[in-house]
Order: sequence, then structure tokens, then C-alpha cells
Amino acid sequence: MAEAEGQSFPAVDFERTPADYKHWKVSYDGEIARVLMDVDPDGGLRPGYELKLNSYDLGVDIELADVVRRMRFEHPEVRTVIVSSGNDRAFCAGANINMLGASTHAWKVNFCKFTNETRCEIEDAERHSQQVWIAACNGTTAGGGYELALACREIYLIDDGNSAVSLPEVPLLGVLPGTGGLTRLVDKRKVRRDLADVFSTTAEGVRGKRAVKWGLVDGIYPRSKFDEAMAKRAGEVAQEAAAKAGDTPRKGITLEPLQVSVEDNSRSYGSVRFSWDDETRIAELEIDGPSEADLEVVRGGAEAIYAAGSKLWALRAYRELDDALLHLRVNHLNIGLVLVRAKGDAQRLLDHDAALAKALESGHWFVNEVVAHMARTLRRFDLTSRSFFALGDAGTAFAGNLFELALASDRFYLLDDPDQPVHVGLGALNHGVLPMSHGVSRLDVRFYGDDAAAKALAGKQELLDPESADDAGLVTVLLDDIDWDDDVRVAIEERASLSPDALTGMEANLRFPMPENADSKIFARLTAWQNWIFIRPNATGPEGALTLYGKPERPRFDWKRV
Amino acid sequence: MQPVSNSVDLTSKIPNNVGLSDDPKLRKALERWLPNYLDWWRDMGPSDFADKPVYLRTAISVDNAGWAHYDHVKMPDYRWGIFLNPLKEDEATIKCGDDAGKAAWAEVPGEHRNALRRIIVTQADTEPASVEQQRLLGHTAPSLYDMRNLFQVNVEEGRHLWAMVYLLHKYFGRDGRDEAEELLNRRSGDEDKPRILGAFNQPCDHWLSFFAFTMFTDRDGKYQLAALAESGFDPLARTTQFMLTEEAHHLFVGQTGLQRIIQRSAQLEKMDPNGDVRNQGGIDFDLIQRTINYWFTYSLDLFGGEISSNAADFFASGLKGRFREAKKYEDHKAQSGDYRMHLVEGGKLVEKDIPLRNAMNEVLRDEYVADCERALRKWNKVLEEEGVETRLTLPSRRFHRHQGIHAGHFFNPDGELISEDEYRANEQKWLLTPADNDYLLSIMKPVHEPGKFANWIAPPSRGIEGKPLEFEYVRL
Repeated sequence: MAEAEGQSFPAVDFERTPADYKHWKVSYDGEIARVLMDVDPDGGLRPGYELKLNSYDLGVDIELADVVRRMRFEHPEVRTVIVSSGNDRAFCAGANINMLGASTHAWKVNFCKFTNETRCEIEDAERHSQQVWIAACNGTTAGGGYELALACREIYLIDDGNSAVSLPEVPLLGVLPGTGGLTRLVDKRKVRRDLADVFSTTAEGVRGKRAVKWGLVDGIYPRSKFDEAMAKRAGEVAQEAAAKAGDTPRKGITLEPLQVSVEDNSRSYGSVRFSWDDETRIAELEIDGPSEADLEVVRGGAEAIYAAGSKLWALRAYRELDDALLHLRVNHLNIGLVLVRAKGDAQRLLDHDAALAKALESGHWFVNEVVAHMARTLRRFDLTSRSFFALGDAGTAFAGNLFELALASDRFYLLDDPDQPVHVGLGALNHGVLPMSHGVSRLDVRFYGDDAAAKALAGKQELLDPESADDAGLVTVLLDDIDWDDDVRVAIEERASLSPDALTGMEANLRFPMPENADSKIFARLTAWQNWIFIRPNATGPEGALTLYGKPERPRFDWKRV
Repeated sequence: MQPVSNSVDLTSKIPNNVGLSDDPKLRKALERWLPNYLDWWRDMGPSDFADKPVYLRTAISVDNAGWAHYDHVKMPDYRWGIFLNPLKEDEATIKCGDDAGKAAWAEVPGEHRNALRRIIVTQADTEPASVEQQRLLGHTAPSLYDMRNLFQVNVEEGRHLWAMVYLLHKYFGRDGRDEAEELLNRRSGDEDKPRILGAFNQPCDHWLSFFAFTMFTDRDGKYQLAALAESGFDPLARTTQFMLTEEAHHLFVGQTGLQRIIQRSAQLEKMDPNGDVRNQGGIDFDLIQRTINYWFTYSLDLFGGEISSNAADFFASGLKGRFREAKKYEDHKAQSGDYRMHLVEGGKLVEKDIPLRNAMNEVLRDEYVADCERALRKWNKVLEEEGVETRLTLPSRRFHRHQGIHAGHFFNPDGELISEDEYRANEQKWLLTPADNDYLLSIMKPVHEPGKFANWIAPPSRGIEGKPLEFEYVRL
């Protein structure tokens, strides 16, 4: 059973290559790619459940995330991605219930967060890369299966008098369709809320003409015409997307495997070091800025950047950071506080960002992908429910894109020591190129309600000494060398002593000021409610609906509304 | 046939004991549905025999003594009635599950509405499906007696559809009406609008398959109906109880049909100098065995997964009981207890205990298999009496499965786990082949003379309702 108390499992690895996919088959035909979900029932990440009817667990979704990412970097020529099923009975039955039922709360939460991020990546691919996903639901599309479809721009359902789209979580399992389902239903597809209510409480779902009428799907086709209709639609969508993407031919790069050396208490990558101490429950995350040679590459312009491929610092270091964050979340549950450091040459980071921003203006697809990937990784950071303290001590390089890490952290401690002068700096990428999940820059979030401070920094690309940075409102606590050690130690110890649940909730609230959008609603409203329901007896108690699903007994509810 | 448009006609046309004349809402729904049903019957019912009087049994009441009426009727004029077994106050309880013993539901309980509708629609869908599968068989009937039996089965499957549609119309509001329409829109074997269950999309294009279908597939129907006859939803229980009376005849047609073929094949084997049944224009025992293997296993699929949360749910909620739940069992909750079954794990066949409620499909399948075994014993008795060596067998329930825990694995008819290669190498020996069908079609020539029977089948021991074999069961 996944993560059952007292049991330990091998750490989850997030790196995949197409050659070792167990659950997905991807084929390419010019600007159209076909992604076939064909889950191996015996290929679950952990023992104790069978992935029947194209149901998924974290392992299946890690592969999907790899598919989505590689599609953008390795197959930029693709404009339409048709996702359909290789299972003859179902498109996708959603998250595997036995897996969920047997999982710890933490595992469920991490699983849901990762799957949500992957669904957002699918939408991100359309928004930033004109890579449009279309769901060809060629069988029963239930729960997480329909949520996967909802992440696609268009949904088509086979009309065989039988196959339906459904969100049976509420009526069958006593939980929510928490992978964006409820949010995308009303916010993205704009399904009428009363019809959404009927739909979300009808276990068997809606099929045929009614599904079209309610806006749950974009079209239905009989079995004999389904493939043909999908191919035709894929072609049309590809044409539209190509018009936006421009007609410069694109040839993908290869995402080479990450180089990482793993020790008992650390993972060391080329530019990222992640280490942890299970005793103190504190981890350290250190990222090196670009080298002089890395900077030279970026200065060479879009073609030179493209030629560097996955060796490019901005891509490699952020992939490493992304991987480290995933390991932190899933394999190190007891780590409560992460101390973040950026190392290197602050000015070089600003130069790097200036050159990268210039290359971005050229419209080269690869530069665009690199920056979009940086943005996604930073959003993963924002959404990681651990306390982050950014520490700007000697040798710090919180500048340019790495300054986003300081802004994303819950606090930023900066050293002000004339003997060891440090600088922070804003660069070309700090002013909206790397938005948070609710669509705004971290600088705007920081100065929400303080227009003067925001204005003073608007468009600024320069180094700041510690005092100016503090005056500008970029630093939480400025400490001189005498105070540094003690004050930082006390702050760390204090933080490490607070309730982890309260901190998770508090941080999730404080990190995202300003109005919500659909993405942030998914991670805030939907996820928060889901996580509450997950720990309620009506779902996961001994007589809860999720616990008893598939078992001989029926659930018993505590009827009090809370 | 003109669609019936006024309610007076409708009430007199539909024999019923559900108070149709006093229920304007139901009448209106059925009035709308009837023309579509008749269109469906015209398009998909038995082809080319609409104007021939057939000696049919029509249900006219639920009296044990005189529930049926026999007469020559043209099939489109058949009076498809709606009957519920009479209400017996003391028996109207929920018979199984968590609420066993409490009063049965006279109306659909909201919390079980979707599940009940699904159960009813799935059952209902099989009724028109089999009519569609069998629509061409009238042309190759081995006798007027058999032709009549075919048509009897067909009209009664039609009536069973009516019975289920009555429930959908009466108890499930607009959704129920939509589902009732859909029942007329799906088509057996259609690529785009197939019937819901696999066996009901298999072709049934000659009489050996027809008999095997009525023997094995309709027998699944019997057990499903029997399980629903234990339902806590009282109208469903009473409807299906009455359907079972008619279903018994369908099983009789299948079981005796196969028995007559077996008997005839034995006779032909003895007649032929080389014991070659085919040489005498008959159906050899290997082919009969392949037919048994094919239809028995497809019918096993209809019971659903061996380990099933739906089955547990339906039982726990009191929607669907075991075979003769009330009479046969004492513990109607079945909350504890396991069911030991064989399943493949890590490439090996192992035994595993499954919570009883989750194994309810398998419990029902057990009853079915035992019933089939009884028929096999009778057939083998016939072979013994005829003095031939051959004996027929039922294959293992693991063999040739498309649903449930055995699907996707390969077993031989004895139920031993084998490789896919070995399975493929022997498939032709174990299951019906296109060549079998070609041969069967070649010998299936219609026989229209009263009292005469095709060479490949023995006459029955007696006629219908005391009529002699020479009776003109269908007036052509």
C-alpha cells in the first residue's frame, strides 16, 4: 500500500525517457502527434493495486508530464496533440481508487498537486507554444479521465450510446474531482453552474447530445466516423495554431538525462545542490548562476542558444531545480524548512538575463520554451508547501532570474557586511516574463498596494547594494555580520518549531495576493477543499466512502454539515 | 400497422395488471413509445413473416391456472402486455444487504435511482438485442414447430422489453423515457450503436447458434432476472418474477433443441458406415462441442466481473440478491465471509479469498454453471441411450473469457493456464470457426411441411400445448 504508515518505499524518481514509458505510446506525423494512453495494469508505481481501465497513479502521470515537456522541446513542429486511449473499454477511468484508498494523506496531496501541475502544463503548451491538445475520448471518460480531457482545449466523445463523460467523485467516492475538474467545468468551459451541479452528482455521467448541449464536450461522433473526424479536426487545429506559431521550420532538441550524484543526504546536480537533515527537518537548496562560458552562449543570440540545447544553463539548471523540488515534496515529507541560496556573480546574471530577453524578442521557439520552462519551475516552487527562507550571505547571487527565488521564498535574509559586499539585482526577466500561477509577476505581488514602491522599481535592470535593496522593499530582514549567525539561527529554529499544517495553510494564503484566475483557483480553492475532505471521516474514516469503495460494506456518513 | 393514437385503444391493446387505464401519465408515455416500438419491430423483428399467422402464447393475466392464451396470431398484432406478479404484502421486504428485512420500496429511492436505472437498462437492452440477432432465422427453420418456437421467443423478448420500458416510464421520469428511446436505437452488432453487452452483439445466423443462444445466453437472463426478482425495489422484483415464467420456455427451446440435434447426430453416426455424421448431412459432435465452448463462455461474461464493487454495492443496497435469496439463504447481509476463487497472479493460477459481497457475480455464476451442467448430463444420457461413445463437456469457466479476471489470460478448455501461442494453435479446435458456419449454413434448408423435420435434428417428443407434431404451427 502506498506510503502506509510505518512502511518505507524506494524514493520516487521523476526522470523518464520515452524508451521506458510503460503507459503511454506517442507517435508523430508532421505537425500532429498522437498520445495514446494504454496503462499497464501491473505497472503501478507501488504494489497493492492494479491500474485497470486506464486508471492512473503517480507513475503514470510522471510519464505524462514527460510526454508534455518533451513534446515542446523535442517536437516543436507539433501543433496538435490528440490524446486518446489504447484501452478497448475506457478512455480513462481517472485516478486509481485503490491506490488513493491505500495512500497516506501526504501521498494523496502530493499526487494531486503533481497531476494538477501537469494538467496546467498541457494548457501552458497551448498558451505559450501553440501546441494544442485535443481529447479524443474513445470510451468511458470518468473522473480524472474527464479532468485530463478538460485540460485539453477541445473534447470529443465517441457516440456509441454507452460512453459517457462523468465526474463520479462526489456520488461514488465522497471526495471532489480535485484535478481541476470542478474549476475547469465552470471557469474554463463555462458550463452553467446548475447543470454542473447535476453533472457532478450523477455517477454515470452524461453522454451523446446532452453532453454537447451542456458544453461538457465539443462534439460527438459515432464509432465508425470517430477517427476520421478526429484526424480532420486535428488538421484544422494544426492550421490555426500554425498561423499563430509562424512558419519558420522547427527542429527539436533532445532533453538529455540530468546528471545527478546521489548520496545519503544530498542530490548534487551540475548547478543545483539539494541536501537535507532529517534530524533538524531542514534542507538546503543551492543554485549556481551561469558561468562566463554560459553567458557567452546566451550572448551569441538565439541560434547559439538553440545549439546549446539541453546543456544551456537556463534550461539545465531549472530542470535540476525542478527535479530537486519534486524530490523534496515526495521523498522528504518531514523537511519543513528549506534554506535557499543563489551563488555566483550577480552582474553576470543580469547580463545573462538581458541577453536571454533579447533572444526571446527574436521569437525563436527554443528561447521561448526555455523561458516558459523557467516560469513553470518557479511556479512549482511557489506551490511547494514547505517554508522557504532565502539566505543572501557572502557570495550570494540573488539577481535576475534567480532573484525570483528570493521573491518566491517566504522570507529573504540579506547580509550587509562591508567586508564581504554582496549585491542583489533586478534584470530583464523580473518584470512579468516569469509570472506566478495567477498570472502576475512576483514583484507586482510583493508591492501590491504600494504603487510608489512598484513604480520605483518598474523596468529596473541593475544591481542594488544591500541597503538600497532593503530601502526598495526587496529584503525581509537585513542583517550585519555581527547579527547574521544568531538571528538567522533563531529564525530557523523558530520556524522549525511551528505547526507544519498551520504553516502550509498560512504560506499558501500569503504567497498569492491579488485576484485569482482559474489556475490559482485550482491550487487554492479546489485543492484546499479536497485536502480537507481527504482527512474527513466521511471520505477516509473507517466507514468513509473512499475507504470503502470497492469493499463489501457501504459508507456511513456523519450527516452534520460543517 | 397503424400506430395507435388514442388511449382507449392502447389500454385494450395492452393486456396489463398495472392499472394502465387509470394512469394517464404512463399511458401518455407508452403511447409515444409504441409507434417507435412497432417501427423497430418492423425493421428489426423477424424478417418477412409479418403476415403469417403463428400459433403463439400470449400472456393475458398472472393467474397460475390460466395466465396464457394460445392462438394463431400475426406477430405485429401480438398483444405485448405488462404484468407484475400480484403484490403479497408480507413478502414485500428488502431481501438482502444492509437493510434486509425492512419494507421494500414501492417507489425508486433517490439514492439508488441511477444504479437501478442502469440495472434495468442493461437488462432491457438484451431483450430487443436477441430479437435482432435472430431476425433471419425464420428462413431456415428446420420445421414449422421450430419456426413457431423461434417466433414465440421473439415476441416474448419483445414483451420483456415492454415490461422493462414500463418500469423506466413509470418510475424514472424523463431520463427513463430517454433510455426507453435509446433501447430502440441501439442495434445488435452495429459498429456505432452496439448493444450494451458483448454476447448480444455476436452473430446468431444459424439454428445451432440459436439453440445454443437460448440454452446458454437466455439462461444467463434467467439468473439475472432471478437475482432482480429478489430486488428491494418491489415493482422490479414483481416484473421479473413474471418474466421468469416466460423465460422458462426459451430455455426449454434451447435445451431440447440441442438435445434433439445431439440425438440426431448419434443416430446419423450409427447409420454411417464410417460413423461420419457429416457424411450423412448431420452436425458432428466436435462441432457441437465447439458451439458449447463458444456460447457457454460468452454467456459467462454476462455475469460481470468476478471481483466487483458494483456487485457488492448492488447487493449491499438491496437492489440485486442471490439466486433464490429469500428461500436458499439465512444470512441475507453477507457482510462477513469470503469466497475462494482462482485467479492469475504473477503468471500463476492461485487461490484467493474475496469478500463475499464482492464475489456476488461469481456466486450467481455458480448457480448458472450448475444449471448448465444439469443439461449436459441430460444430453450425455441421450448419447448413452443411443449407444454412442462420445460425451460432451462444459469448458472451464476460465476458458475464452472477455470480461473479468480471466480475460486477457489464456486457458485451455480444462482451465489450465497456457501460453498465448498454445492457445492460438488450438483455437480452431476449441471454438467455432468460419468454416463451421459455412458448413452449418449449407445444411440449414427450411422445412415447411407440417410434421416434417430437417435431417440434422430429431423431432421433439411432443408438440405445443397438446397439439400434435403435424399441427400447422405457422400458416405460411
